[in-house]
Amino acid sequence: MTRKIVVAALGAALAAAAGLSFYASRHLREPVVAGPGVVRVARLGDYFAPLKGAVNDANVYILEGKEAGGTVLLLGGTHPEEPAGRLAAWIFAENAEVARGRLLVILSANRSATTVTRLGGAYPPDYTIPTSWGGQTFRMGDRWTNPLDQWPDPEVYLHYPSRQQLAYVDIRNLNRSFPGRPNGTLTERTAYAITELVRREAVTIAIDLHEAELQYPVISTIVAHERGAELAAAASMFTSSMEGFAIGVENSPKALRGLSHREIGDATEAISLLLEAPEPFLDATRGRTTRELLLSGRDEFIVRAGRRGLLFEKIGDEGWPIDIRVGRHTSTVLQLLEIWSADHPDQAVVVSGVPRYGEVVEKGTGAFLKDPKAAGSGRLAYE
Amino acid sequence: MTAIVTVLYYLLTASVAVLLVWNFVKRKNWQEEVLYVIVLIPFLLRLLRLK
Repeated sequence: MTRKIVVAALGAALAAAAGLSFYASRHLREPVVAGPGVVRVARLGDYFAPLKGAVNDANVYILEGKEAGGTVLLLGGTHPEEPAGRLAAWIFAENAEVARGRLLVILSANRSATTVTRLGGAYPPDYTIPTSWGGQTFRMGDRWTNPLDQWPDPEVYLHYPSRQQLAYVDIRNLNRSFPGRPNGTLTERTAYAITELVRREAVTIAIDLHEAELQYPVISTIVAHERGAELAAAASMFTSSMEGFAIGVENSPKALRGLSHREIGDATEAISLLLEAPEPFLDATRGRTTRELLLSGRDEFIVRAGRRGLLFEKIGDEGWPIDIRVGRHTSTVLQLLEIWSADHPDQAVVVSGVPRYGEVVEKGTGAFLKDPKAAGSGRLAYE
Repeated sequence: MTAIVTVLYYLLTASVAVLLVWNFVKRKNWQEEVLYVIVLIPFLLRLLRLK
């Protein structure tokens, strides 16, 4: 009997330690200091009432210029385990000033997916970006909605409304759920809310920020809906010749449903684009899955895979540090806005105060994250 | 419908957890007791909505 009590107590201690760790990770608060351009913070639930108060009732930072123009939506956190997308969006929300048009920024498009890590993936629960004021910690997140918020997965996932059969687990993948379904799962309702936002705010361009493993062929590229092909091609050319890094263009395939670059473009008037940066952390051949790998992008096994020609992007011993990945996103978005604004003056979105690739690489991502302790009254929000 | 299926899955999880506890109580061998306790942990974490 004593032995059973000891074994049960050990099991309870293990469960408590694991449970506390998961609880702390799920409830870690991420502060956002509303930048000079933010005029108000709306919620996704404002565009689709059933989402109000739900875990995915995400903040929508609205930055508005004095002059009228177009409206651009930046989506970060569609896949939270791709942190450069969230961090680039964070830099826009905390730093951008808008002279013309409007910029809408979502940092946690699938907020539920920020509260979990990949089951069995041994992911770190969080990561910290060093700053001059000490560092900001972010939830690691996953590709899929937290099973605590949407469970179980079906045997077969039929995308709505196309009825295309997708991988069963992708029923929790926001980027396989667009344009969404008002009476569907949490993930489908979230996609529907974002699509409603695009419609109601008359968004001109929707840009979804991602990262990809180096073994995935769609990498270091702008994936463009056909109405955005010219814009993406021009941005690719200017970025590759002026910014210090190369980025390609891919056409959004019409046969693969549920992705933002396809469905937002089809369901609304907006031009939909998706940006991919390289993230070695996601590669299946990686070594230890650590915070260091997430932020440095250095891994000897992936380098070996590269030497054997198994990757779709180059990698050297220097890896793919987070600052390079974030800088790629900020510069590409700025190029897209500048080219669009030059070609469409009546729909221009003119933004300043956001660092380009060279500046992010030189100073680090943390140089552009604001100290929440120094935030003015009413300027602090939490993700 | 989705909510009903979710509730059913939580009931299934609870049933398996009860079975695991019952087996733990009935074991005579300490190695099997440890095994049942370890297997029980993810079921408990899901029931407590921690993971």
